[in-house]
Amino acid sequence: MTMPYYASPEQLMRDRSEYARKGISRGRSVAVLTYADGVLFIAENPSSTLHKVGELYDRIGFAAVGRYSEFESLRVAGVRLADVRGYSYNRRDVTGRVIANAYAQTLGEIFTQQTKPFEVELCVAEVGDTTESDQLYRLTFDGSVVDEPDFIVMGGQAEAVSANLREHFLPGMDLAEALRVGVQALSAVSPATSAGNGGPGGLLSAEQLEVAVLDRRRPKRAFRRIVGAALRPLLDRSEEPAAVGGEEPHTAAHSPSVPQPGTPAGLGEPSAPDSGGTAGSGGEAPTT
Amino acid sequence: MSEYSAGRSGFSPAYLDRVGSSFTDFLAAAAPDLLPGRRPVPQLPVGDVTPHGTTIVSVTYDGGVLMGGDRRATMGNLISSRDIEKVYPADAWSVIGIAGAAGIAIEMVRLYQVELEHYEKIEGLTLSLDGKANRLAQMIRGNLGAALQGLAVVPLFAGFDLDAAPGTTPGRIFSYDVTGGNYEERGYSAVGSGSLFARNSLKKTWRPKLDGDAATRSLVEALYDAADDDSATGGPDPVRRLYPIVYRVDAEGAVRLTDDEVAAVARTITDERAAAEGQG
Repeated sequence: MTMPYYASPEQLMRDRSEYARKGISRGRSVAVLTYADGVLFIAENPSSTLHKVGELYDRIGFAAVGRYSEFESLRVAGVRLADVRGYSYNRRDVTGRVIANAYAQTLGEIFTQQTKPFEVELCVAEVGDTTESDQLYRLTFDGSVVDEPDFIVMGGQAEAVSANLREHFLPGMDLAEALRVGVQALSAVSPATSAGNGGPGGLLSAEQLEVAVLDRRRPKRAFRRIVGAALRPLLDRSEEPAAVGGEEPHTAAHSPSVPQPGTPAGLGEPSAPDSGGTAGSGGEAPTT
Repeated sequence: MSEYSAGRSGFSPAYLDRVGSSFTDFLAAAAPDLLPGRRPVPQLPVGDVTPHGTTIVSVTYDGGVLMGGDRRATMGNLISSRDIEKVYPADAWSVIGIAGAAGIAIEMVRLYQVELEHYEKIEGLTLSLDGKANRLAQMIRGNLGAALQGLAVVPLFAGFDLDAAPGTTPGRIFSYDVTGGNYEERGYSAVGSGSLFARNSLKKTWRPKLDGDAATRSLVEALYDAADDDSATGGPDPVRRLYPIVYRVDAEGAVRLTDDEVAAVARTITDERAAAEGQG
């Protein structure tokens, strides 16, 4: 007969928290910012297929940091919950709060009942009709859920990025400006920039970023990824606001006759299926 | 851990199971009662107790494909609806039209729309057009029991094939039978009670590589001809301003033509027929 080790509940919880926290801070950061037309997700993510940001429902998006397999299964569960609810009630009855609650319950249960907690931190974002009705929920590994205004930073050196954003973030920025503020904040602490290519002050390039928006002006599905040909001009423009006008930063690589099969267009804006017709990614220069 | 419903106390194990990207398969595991094919079917033929949708027509043209449907639903000898919509966008690049028992058909379309969107969200890619057509066939197959009791649903599916080889037409049409048989059609197709007349009309007016306007006219005329000879198909109704529903799917996605556009085409056709001195 062996006696099981005794560990106090406090000790157990502390150990698990520390374990999860360590796992999460090893990764790269994700920033979720509100801007004039919705919510902007920026993730430092060199992979173009293993996404950290995803669509849950018409007006609801998802961002996560930590262990990919764990948050991916949570993302899938969120999509399933949203679709089941939308199918059995109505599309309008799917809210970010319901999904955030389900995540909170699940994460809390796993944290208390299983030996290894999930090393993830999630954000569920929902756009409403106005800036005031946008919601950002932060969910941590222990199942606590917080509703935060303006922006959320998760993973990596989240505190440093948050501090940087607190200095530069303004409510109601346009897309290019919000992207500039977000990328600048992520780049300031990223090992990928200070270590090598750009030296101090260098910004993360389009290849190192995963960018998506929930754009409230899109008719049905608000989620849209900004990739490749649409992202690069947007980044260039936000880097040097003076150099606009000259070359048309058109999304010409996605001419309407050959839409990218991989980027679902939603049903609106037939003239710009991959750009969603945002001023930021169209031909127009930003006003700032 | 026991089963519990999601939303109240977290996700049930079925939700966290990372298997498959099909919404229908997931429902079969998590909430089978929501699936149309899983319900007990009445043992007697149900006859005329439910509204039936009628004629759907689809034609290809040089830039993609068009699909249109009349606005009538019938219950036996009664007209149960004059303004029913029987053509829906399935996703951004495909449309589905339905003939048959309206209640089951509309439920099936809703499920199908969620199915495609669900796959897209989970996989981050849209299904290929053949994949979509095949998925629909499986859903129809699940309804076979009900179909034999008189609640058949027969869809018509059309879409823009983003992977079409150069030189081939990107607009493609698929028709189905009640057993889930899936047939790709060349050029044009029609389903529903008026389909015989619609097809005969298309045989005379449709040509390969028509432009968009000519194809729209050909399609609306086929619906007119179907309404002319089939009592269950509704013609253009200028009194209530009800015109066929027409969707166009081209490289830019699925778009519904406005009522004004369709009304103008319908008016041209009725005017030309009227000019034929009563020989329509």
